[in-house]
Amino acid sequence: MSRVTKFAARDPGPAARVAGFMAHLRENGLRLGVSETDLALAALCEVDASQPAHSRQALKAVCTGCKEEVDRFDALFDSYWMDMGRVRQKIVQSPPAKGNDAVHSSRDGMGEDASGAGSANAPDGGDGAAESDGEGRLIATQVRNLMRKDLRDLVRPEDIAEAEAVARRLGAALRDRRSRRRTAARKGDRLHFRKTIRASLATGGEPVRLMRKHRPDRPRKIVALCDVSGSMTVYAQIFLAFLAGLMRSDATADAYLFHTRLVRITEALRDKDTMRAIGRMSLMADGFGGGSAIGPSLHRFAKSYAKRFVEGRSVVLILSDGYDTAPPAVMDAALADLKKRGCKIIWLNPLKGWRDYAPVADGMAAALPHLDLFRAANTLADLANLEREVTHL
Amino acid sequence: MTWTDLQTALAADGYVASDDLSVALHLSLTLGRPLLLEGAAGVGKTQLAASLAAQRDTRLIRLQCYEGLDAAQAIYEWNYQRQLLTIRAAAEDGETGKAVEERIFSRDFLLERPLLAALTQAEPPVLLIDEIDRADEEFEAYLLEILSEFQITIPELGTISAKAKPIVILTSNGTRDLSDALRRRCLYSYVDYPDRTTELAILNARCPGLEARLGAQIVGFVQKLREEELEKVPGIAETLDFAAALMGLGIADLTSDPAALQHTLSTLLKTQSDRAHITPEVAGRIAGRAA
Repeated sequence: MSRVTKFAARDPGPAARVAGFMAHLRENGLRLGVSETDLALAALCEVDASQPAHSRQALKAVCTGCKEEVDRFDALFDSYWMDMGRVRQKIVQSPPAKGNDAVHSSRDGMGEDASGAGSANAPDGGDGAAESDGEGRLIATQVRNLMRKDLRDLVRPEDIAEAEAVARRLGAALRDRRSRRRTAARKGDRLHFRKTIRASLATGGEPVRLMRKHRPDRPRKIVALCDVSGSMTVYAQIFLAFLAGLMRSDATADAYLFHTRLVRITEALRDKDTMRAIGRMSLMADGFGGGSAIGPSLHRFAKSYAKRFVEGRSVVLILSDGYDTAPPAVMDAALADLKKRGCKIIWLNPLKGWRDYAPVADGMAAALPHLDLFRAANTLADLANLEREVTHL
Repeated sequence: MTWTDLQTALAADGYVASDDLSVALHLSLTLGRPLLLEGAAGVGKTQLAASLAAQRDTRLIRLQCYEGLDAAQAIYEWNYQRQLLTIRAAAEDGETGKAVEERIFSRDFLLERPLLAALTQAEPPVLLIDEIDRADEEFEAYLLEILSEFQITIPELGTISAKAKPIVILTSNGTRDLSDALRRRCLYSYVDYPDRTTELAILNARCPGLEARLGAQIVGFVQKLREEELEKVPGIAETLDFAAALMGLGIADLTSDPAALQHTLSTLLKTQSDRAHITPEVAGRIAGRAA
């Protein structure tokens, strides 16, 4: 049985039908202009247009522009050209294909299709604060929380996408603008006169070889340390999303979690699959939501990883509320040690946003003299606002 | 020539193209539009251009894109050293400025790079612009004039139009968004991993002398392997390497020697975590199911 659409008798002809098909595609979000209609007609002349399969393939080559559009094209084609005797079927949205992150089509299909509806892998936590255990603990505890918490419940892929944008902007702001001085380079934007003249001596004063120079990039490395102790649970969602975003947008960044121990999560977060990255992170963050030992963790960082990863161009970002169980002297010594490596230290404290907050907790008070910047941050917007301040660092 | 003829001609040269791809290629040839191919690495995007050039018996001009690729490397460059020497020689002969200027900005002093070379051929060549997504956005803008008008404007010389319209094939791995302006000028085809029969046909075309039973086993194994959670899914190029490795080691049956199978997996799995994921047991299980 032929399923080809029966067009009305007064239908003006094939060209009008193709134009109608283009309009149909346009309504469904494909970006096509007049010249594509022209091209589609030309393409149909080149194949056996009476064969539905052939015209389908020809129109597909002309009208689609990315993988998502290719995937949707068959359904769109059928609904216009092949709707004879079609049982009206409910279009079930297919589950997202098994992600192959190595190949992403370079363009999202339509906005509303691109990310699918809702998130199936995270409970709807209202404004995100409902995950906490409701006691409002804001004091440091020494108990190590042995319960393993799956961070995937806390962080949703959408948050990460948003955090990625924030992290990228923040990273760009932190990174030094390019150096003012120019150095010799094989592919520079300007001529290096001194070198050119010097080289011309070898060729009898003729500047045969042109030397060039450019402004070298002087990137700043961001090292982020995130506190995931019990008192920080409420903010973990934001900060972890931020860390994941930071890792994705900046190949030189480095990230750590600490509660009573310090864990390097850089490798885990670099995983191409977002949710798998968070999953790996939660395995590493064993003890999440437990007690906090900020001073000792920072001390350990200063003594071990900092020697390899922190240098004069680094910016150390500490995300913590400063409620420490260890004596303040430890924190003082650790930060002084870190500072000696020549890095800038930024402390983002979620509590600082509170009205009558004063950094009176012993740990925080001990840390203050070593900080280059001490700011509030408990939402992504706050993190985004940092952009302006860090440029002057 | 219809698209089926094209498909058969390519198959004779050892390239098995799907129907979608053949139609897209046929249209690109007849309508004179560039063809943009997207797809995972190792599905034969670049090979298509090579096979097409071989089939039509024309020159293949290849431009490999990379970050920082500029017009001087891709389109043309003035031969500065030669110009300098000519000026100096002309000064000794007492030639006037105007005549010298006209001479040094002529075609003789132009160094052709791939894109200009593609436009100056007498026979229409196949121009392959490989991995366009690696080049910068500015470079994409350079391409627009070339791809739509098949001409290059050189400020000192004027506009150079193509003697014979080249057949342009662009490939992309999707590491970056391509601009809509570029996509609009191209026909598009998404090249996917081949299905079982297609892959077997490719294998037979590329590895003559392969036993039918082993060939079926290899294809079955690779097809099953693609369903595993891998970081880098093996493409057709990997399948061919795998087949060559098995033939080289004289293995006639995948299930017979698990240790040898594990050694040859280095042709299919290209990251450490993938190697760790496919343990000898897993490989044996897949081979058993594929057989």
